[in-house]
Amino acid sequence: MKVKQISVFLENKSGRLAMLTKTLAQKNINIRALSIADTTDFGILRLIVDRPDEAYQVLKEAGFTASETNVIGVQIPDCPGGLAQIMEVLAEAHINIEYLYALPEKPVDQALVIFRVERVDDAIIALQEAGITVLSGEEVYGL
Amino acid sequence: MMWNRPMETLPREQIKQLQLQRLQQTVERVYHNVPAYRQKMQERHLTPQDIRSLEDLRRLPFTTKQDLRDAYPYGLFAAPMKDIVRVHASSGTTGNATVVGYTRSDLNHWSELMARTLTIAGASPESVIQIAYGYGLFTGGLGVHYGAEKVGATVVPISGGNTKRQIKLMQDFGTTILACTPSYALFLAETIQEMQIPREQLQLKAGVFGAEPWTEEMRKELEYRLQIMAIDIYGLSEVMGPGVSTDCHVRQGLHIFEDHFIPEIIDPITEEPLPPGEPGELVFTSLTKEGFPVIRYRTRDISVLDDTPCACGRTHVRMSKIRGRTDDMVIIRGVNVFPSQIESVLLQLGLTEPHYLLVIDRVGTMDTLEVRVEVSEKMFSDKVANLEQVERTIQRELESLLGVSSRVRLVEPKSIERSEGKAKRVIDNRRL
Repeated sequence: MKVKQISVFLENKSGRLAMLTKTLAQKNINIRALSIADTTDFGILRLIVDRPDEAYQVLKEAGFTASETNVIGVQIPDCPGGLAQIMEVLAEAHINIEYLYALPEKPVDQALVIFRVERVDDAIIALQEAGITVLSGEEVYGL
Repeated sequence: MMWNRPMETLPREQIKQLQLQRLQQTVERVYHNVPAYRQKMQERHLTPQDIRSLEDLRRLPFTTKQDLRDAYPYGLFAAPMKDIVRVHASSGTTGNATVVGYTRSDLNHWSELMARTLTIAGASPESVIQIAYGYGLFTGGLGVHYGAEKVGATVVPISGGNTKRQIKLMQDFGTTILACTPSYALFLAETIQEMQIPREQLQLKAGVFGAEPWTEEMRKELEYRLQIMAIDIYGLSEVMGPGVSTDCHVRQGLHIFEDHFIPEIIDPITEEPLPPGEPGELVFTSLTKEGFPVIRYRTRDISVLDDTPCACGRTHVRMSKIRGRTDDMVIIRGVNVFPSQIESVLLQLGLTEPHYLLVIDRVGTMDTLEVRVEVSEKMFSDKVANLEQVERTIQRELESLLGVSSRVRLVEPKSIERSEGKAKRVIDNRRL
């Protein structure tokens, strides 16, 4: 039920993100979701792609510093309160969220939410017990 | 193993006798053959006959880099040009180049001292020595070259640069000893790793690294990455070139070949000689050189002398690894900072790659120090807080060692320029 996320170190200078996306494009790797966390000096790009292991290898070979992290992918209804319901479940289970990012999917009125939490396995159980559908890696990569 | 056991283990009393006799000859030579030296001695009312003991050395005037520049090109040569068989020169980036000359006898002595050095690294007629120091006016390449030939090893005179080819020849020729700068050795090690060359395909056993200051931590790093024994060699063209002093297996300092040089440590401000154990500026007097003898040459290198007996059996005095060259030293908010101190902190923490660049600037009247270090796979995290924690840890350690605060900035791997010779560690943007 875990989803592999690729994180990449990016220095804050022009052309780095262009270089990275080009590297993935050349290998025909598709980006499903992404977010960037940044400081004044550097950023961390977090990516969900269709072929994470391959993407990780390709980026490393291109000289990027990258790592793979397990995150959780959940599909929620794209309507008021959609995210609130999930937050409540995790809060009750005392699970801290390190960060999250979301990607709306208009035709189906759903949104994909990616969570990075402290205790991944506990979080998955808590969500499932609350009747929330946690997506498998394959489901997310193939979205 | 010793190349010249009788000389390398000569009792200290005999070393001193030999030094006095050779010092007197050297002073005679420069007094009669070099007007600049004669004039400086006359200003002090000194003649060669005033040098009656080794203690009298301190009565002689110092020689500085500026004296060498002022004498460009041949003003300090002490042998007629017909006897000079080779010249070397340093780059003249900040003025005239400094030019040094060698007679046939000088080259023989130099080869002898490099043979002693290479023997410590295990060199023998069976060795294949790859010389990746630059050849040319720089003394590194040819200095090691002649010593390696004297030992009878197979010499691969590849010079610096062309890294992939270096590694290919290392494999194909079965190189056993690598000679280059430590920063280039690190670059070679990284490239070998990148090319995924199995260690069994390399015959490498030892590295002879010098021409820039490096730390004990960097030695461990190179020994680990290349799986070799790394030997520190020291020298400078003004005094001879590589082979003035070298590590032994005991690794508690570099033995200075005292049958050819007299070292002193002085306080760089008062110019007074300091006793063994006190750090200060290294000063050398050559004892056997004919073409370009030097009297009390101020190296601007910071070190400490130790004349206690060494477990290796060599009787020659030891100098500590160079702590820094006063030229490389930067003064930030009044505090002396040597780039090698930063190297030692980074390697001790082991969080980042040991590549770094100091960028110094002045904002208003305040000096700022930015230390750029490369992220490594092992410390990289998807969480910003973790990376900021790494920056803070390095910042804290640097501040406690240097006594000056800095701003650490993580940069991408390989973004700091790799050097094929001496590494550039400092960018000073202050207009002083």
